Amino acid sequence: MTPEEIINPANRVYARPRLLTEANTHYCPGCSHGVVHRIVAELLEEMGLENRAVGVAPVGCAVFAYNYIDVDWVEAAHGRAPAVATALSRLNPDNLVFTYQGDGDLAAIGTAETIHAANRGENIAIIFINNAIYGMTGGQMAPTTLLGQKTATTPYGRRADLNGYPLNITDLLAQLRGTCYVTRQAVHTAAAARKTKAAIKKAFENALAGKGTSVVEVVGTCSSGWKMTPAQANDWMAEHMTEHYPLGDLKNE
Amino acid sequence: MEEVRLMKGNEAIAHAAIRYGADGYFGYPITPQSEVLETLEAEMPWETTGMVVLQAESEVAAINMIYGGAASGKAVMTSSSSPGISLKQEGISYIAAAELPALIVNVMRGGPGLGTIQPSQADYYQATKGGGHGDYHLIVLAPATVQEMADFVALGFDLAFKYRTPAMILADGIVGQMMEKVVLPEPRARRTQAEVEAQCPWAATGRHGREHRNVVTSLELDPSRMELNNERFQRTYAEIEANEVRYAEYYTDDAEYLIVAFGSVARICLKAIEDARAKGVKVGLLRPITLWPFPKTRIGELASQAKGILTVELNAGQMIDDVRLASECRVPVAHFGRMGGIVPNPNEVLDALYNHFPEAKP
Repeated sequence: MTPEEIINPANRVYARPRLLTEANTHYCPGCSHGVVHRIVAELLEEMGLENRAVGVAPVGCAVFAYNYIDVDWVEAAHGRAPAVATALSRLNPDNLVFTYQGDGDLAAIGTAETIHAANRGENIAIIFINNAIYGMTGGQMAPTTLLGQKTATTPYGRRADLNGYPLNITDLLAQLRGTCYVTRQAVHTAAAARKTKAAIKKAFENALAGKGTSVVEVVGTCSSGWKMTPAQANDWMAEHMTEHYPLGDLKNE
Repeated sequence: MEEVRLMKGNEAIAHAAIRYGADGYFGYPITPQSEVLETLEAEMPWETTGMVVLQAESEVAAINMIYGGAASGKAVMTSSSSPGISLKQEGISYIAAAELPALIVNVMRGGPGLGTIQPSQADYYQATKGGGHGDYHLIVLAPATVQEMADFVALGFDLAFKYRTPAMILADGIVGQMMEKVVLPEPRARRTQAEVEAQCPWAATGRHGREHRNVVTSLELDPSRMELNNERFQRTYAEIEANEVRYAEYYTDDAEYLIVAFGSVARICLKAIEDARAKGVKVGLLRPITLWPFPKTRIGELASQAKGILTVELNAGQMIDDVRLASECRVPVAHFGRMGGIVPNPNEVLDALYNHFPEAKP
């Protein structure tokens, strides 16, 4: 076979999802956001949701999510995405409303909004990227930073006596009666990414079915913030992050 | 025949919101405005008009719910009192910057800090000079009666949608809590989804076949574009200043002395003026109805005919700055105020007038 015969639309098994825009992302090489963005775009297309999906973007590295996924978006203030999504969902009950938030946004400054939206059982899907660091502002400690982990504001490693413990907010959210589906996934391997896609699909289905709040935590990497190569970051994530943030469903009702 | 009802100002706000066809209310209890949320919960408008009512977990959450609801083109409102309004300032700045229509009610209590639950007008600066960060303005309406509490709901929403900018009803604890006669506006239907999308083609409603996505954001990292955004905001504010100044005048035709007061305090001043007029003192009242835009042109005209101006406020002297600027120092401008939740009586107002302008005394 010649290359021309192989490079043929009929043979194509992988392509840019129609709802992933052609804008160049601002993400660093190896960042988990690109994979999760692609999954969201694929699902919105496959589930036929492009006309009724409204995303709520966070403050953090994903602040420009609205530039990359071709549906309506609202850019929230830092941590307030679940409150913004609450009103979007209640006032537009036919829409799929989802938030896309990082660990600082969801588990530090937005803790109250996250817990109360989930406790009310708002019909929203929360996609939570936990990479244990503040990427956008330059690698400071996040609520989910591991003990001993070095960041710009814990230069000698996080200490419980100085900085408190890593906050496992997803376990907490699973305790609330308003959540119907709480899971923790990853995207460091193709198999993990496929599981994440199935999880986000279930979260979208739950929101559309009015079953309450679904939370999909994606344990991610931040090679820039962690000061590692993308491959090293994936290995470090698998070795250290999943110990404190074990993958799998916490709740599935 | 019109139906005249007796109710609190806060209750009038709630009834007027339902009758306006508001799509949503999101709030958090705080004295002295909790009757707004209580009345809405008791009326259960979600079963009649479909209006959403939600008690949020905080004022911060409530204002961000307003941001989200307004971003989808819905007519949404919140209410609070001074400390709660401080908490909402971040969200108010975002709403202004994202050019969203919304209605915010502040039933002012005394501050600073936790302060007191008694009436105050000490949030004048906060309401008219910004409050949150960045160069923005709110349209600020100051009701003096329970009737105006009801009427300004529709006015506030209409102006907010006309200019795509948040409007605030800046009430004081007196007009929020007192009961008075009111004629409620005629009920009107909420807009249909098609009407919302026609009126708000910018809104994040879901694309519904639209060729492009709508994004509601206040973020623009390119400074040249951010400056253009700011210039657009300023053009809107200039248009509002040109078109939307509102005020009421009493006994100003021959006034040698002018009192400027807003909200319920203006009514106390009017009683004082009637007492003074009975003794031949030529004093008049200008009551700004819009605190921003401020009726500076008219106050400037009156300053040319007056010998002195007294501002009366439930604060240490805030609106007096705008009155002085409007008068361009053509006449002396003095301030009389009570603080901490104390409300002056008409005699105190006249004593202050004669104290500052002894030649006015009969």
